[in-house]
Amino acid sequence: MALKTEPFVLNIGPLHPSTHGVFRLLATLDGEVVVDIEPIIGYLHRGIEKLAEGREYQKDIPLCDRLDYVAAMGHSMAYAMAVEKLLGISVPERAEYIRVIMVELQRIASHLLAVGSIANEMGTFFTPFMYMFREREKILDLFDMVCGQRLLYNYMRFGGVSHDLPEEFIPALKKFIDQMPGYIDEYDQLLAENEILLVRTKGIGVLPPELAVNCSVSGPTLRASGVARDIRRCDPYSIYDRFEFDIPTFTAGDCYDRYRQRIEEMRQSLRIIRQAVEQLPQGKVNSRVPIRVRPPQGDVFVHVEAPRGELGFYLVSDGSEKPYRFHVRAPSLINLTPLREMIIGWKLADAIVIFGSIDIIMGEIDR
Amino acid sequence: MQTLSFGEIAGLISAKYAPEAVAPFQGSLVVGGEHLLEVASYLRDTPQLDFDYLISVTAVDYRSHFEVVYHLTSLQHSHSLVLRVRCPQNKPLVPSLVSLWRGAELQEREIFDLMGVGFAGHPNLKRIFLWDGFKGHPLRKDYSSGT
Amino acid sequence: MEVGRERIYSAAELDAHEGALIEALRASSQQPVTDPDEWLQKELQRNVLVTSVDAVLNWSRRSSLWPVICFPACCAFEFIGASASRFDMSRFGMDILRGSPRQADLLITAGTLTWKMAPQVRRLYDQMAEPKWVIAMGACGITGGIFRDSYSVVPGYNRIVPVDVYVPGCPPRPETLLNGIEMLRQKINTRSIATEGE
Repeated sequence: MALKTEPFVLNIGPLHPSTHGVFRLLATLDGEVVVDIEPIIGYLHRGIEKLAEGREYQKDIPLCDRLDYVAAMGHSMAYAMAVEKLLGISVPERAEYIRVIMVELQRIASHLLAVGSIANEMGTFFTPFMYMFREREKILDLFDMVCGQRLLYNYMRFGGVSHDLPEEFIPALKKFIDQMPGYIDEYDQLLAENEILLVRTKGIGVLPPELAVNCSVSGPTLRASGVARDIRRCDPYSIYDRFEFDIPTFTAGDCYDRYRQRIEEMRQSLRIIRQAVEQLPQGKVNSRVPIRVRPPQGDVFVHVEAPRGELGFYLVSDGSEKPYRFHVRAPSLINLTPLREMIIGWKLADAIVIFGSIDIIMGEIDR
Repeated sequence: MQTLSFGEIAGLISAKYAPEAVAPFQGSLVVGGEHLLEVASYLRDTPQLDFDYLISVTAVDYRSHFEVVYHLTSLQHSHSLVLRVRCPQNKPLVPSLVSLWRGAELQEREIFDLMGVGFAGHPNLKRIFLWDGFKGHPLRKDYSSGT
Repeated sequence: MEVGRERIYSAAELDAHEGALIEALRASSQQPVTDPDEWLQKELQRNVLVTSVDAVLNWSRRSSLWPVICFPACCAFEFIGASASRFDMSRFGMDILRGSPRQADLLITAGTLTWKMAPQVRRLYDQMAEPKWVIAMGACGITGGIFRDSYSVVPGYNRIVPVDVYVPGCPPRPETLLNGIEMLRQKINTRSIATEGE
């Protein structure tokens, strides 16, 4: 005789150790199996879009840093690129190279955090996380050397970067890119064939490619499902067309592939940095742009490949010194669209892993 | 794979739809609200166009009217297109595109919450970032927090 | 087996309830909460001497501050950085991050607080067992920082909970946070059981 069970509503969050910040899940459970889930967000909605519309263009760079605080370089670079496109100014060669080095370093730092968190969610409490943080600290030290901040840099400017690299940066960076492949192999040895990781992630939370495309999913989450969409390749910006790198993709689209995807992307980022350091030219690092800029009327949409996916800035200028409309296409928010389909039918403990493997940052979701 | 320029896409569209339904404007197409669903499904389902990926949905308050801006792209042909839908200030309502691209779901809710533009046919249209009982829509130009 | 979708409360009811809570808290929290130490009874402090007991209690309290997990935004990563191997917060007996407020005695507010989040933080604070302390970490935690003008941001955690130590920075470096923790330890050292818990 089958036992009759009643659905049970469980509220997870908004302050919960496994929700990556202030995220709330309203899960309806049947026993241990999730039958319905509703993500509730907005607990970190700081009104960045409204604040940015009330400030001058230059003053919005720190706000962009705080959108995605573990990938601040890429966000302020995308914003600077959008304003440069509005103004119609170009960036000096050296500054482009510095930007690429910074953004790719940031991608590695961000993926380290993502991989560490996935492992954390599976109950390997803090051990892989500590390994990842060991290398992340090294990257933060490099950033610290350049702009005196560890997390939110305010380094990008319209028409370049705020100042040149210090003398000791390039040797330190070279040392780092020589060491890092060994560390990535070390993680792979620790994790890739680990029995617990395999059991907890293989075949779990599959995201089919058709659903991913229809839900506008982007970034590593999309590529792990087998869709090779990377803005660096399909709509090259900055100087990405000068480097040789691969767009790794996987086919299963489960949590394991999303983990492998990030590991492979770190390797590709290292390749890009190595080429950029070799080719780094001498010269100016910013062009002369007044502090108060008044772009001509019009609108512009710029998208870049952020660590979490396709980051877009939509700016409307009315000719004044403040943006008339400032909109961010936040990859973390849109990647949450297929969450219901991915989680329903799995056990609650798997739901946490699936959610973690999408890798979200609340600052970017809620803005 | 055949990448079409904006002129070619606009040519295909204007051959099919009347100018009051779809009109080119600054490298984008302005679509009448009542024709949006029809035009969007044509864009998505025609093999030559194949706009299968909705990059972004956003809205702008131009004081006299709202403009909802859609950025579309085709993964296969790698061409992209911007659609604009305008609706008057006193009747902010456009059809929802969730039935075609699920990716619009959370973004339309976001616009509804912050800009106060409704989307007819959205499965779960309610506030997403702000709480129940919050007065006003902050991204509107006439919003003031009262402090 | 048939599983129904109905819930005890509908989603709309839950939202309305939450909205009412937020609005009520917002209306009642327009002024900063004073530091609890301001109303210490000075007279009593001079007359009762419990030196050795105090010393032992304060030593044990300051040496095992267990922080509760409260990671709203950016500062969280500097907090995690401070607890990771390099800065190693465990040196101060703080190695265990508690998921449950009932087992914790320190609230480190790592990030911007919004009005939507405020009732949860207040509840978290209320659930912590006495004695408890609060460190406001970062510019947002102190005054709202860069987001102070926003329609949805609480201008400082001291509108919601009493704060003991303010750690400035946007975000504060882990060293700064450790310095703040050291200041809190000194503050705990000056407590006396003669003046608390009446």
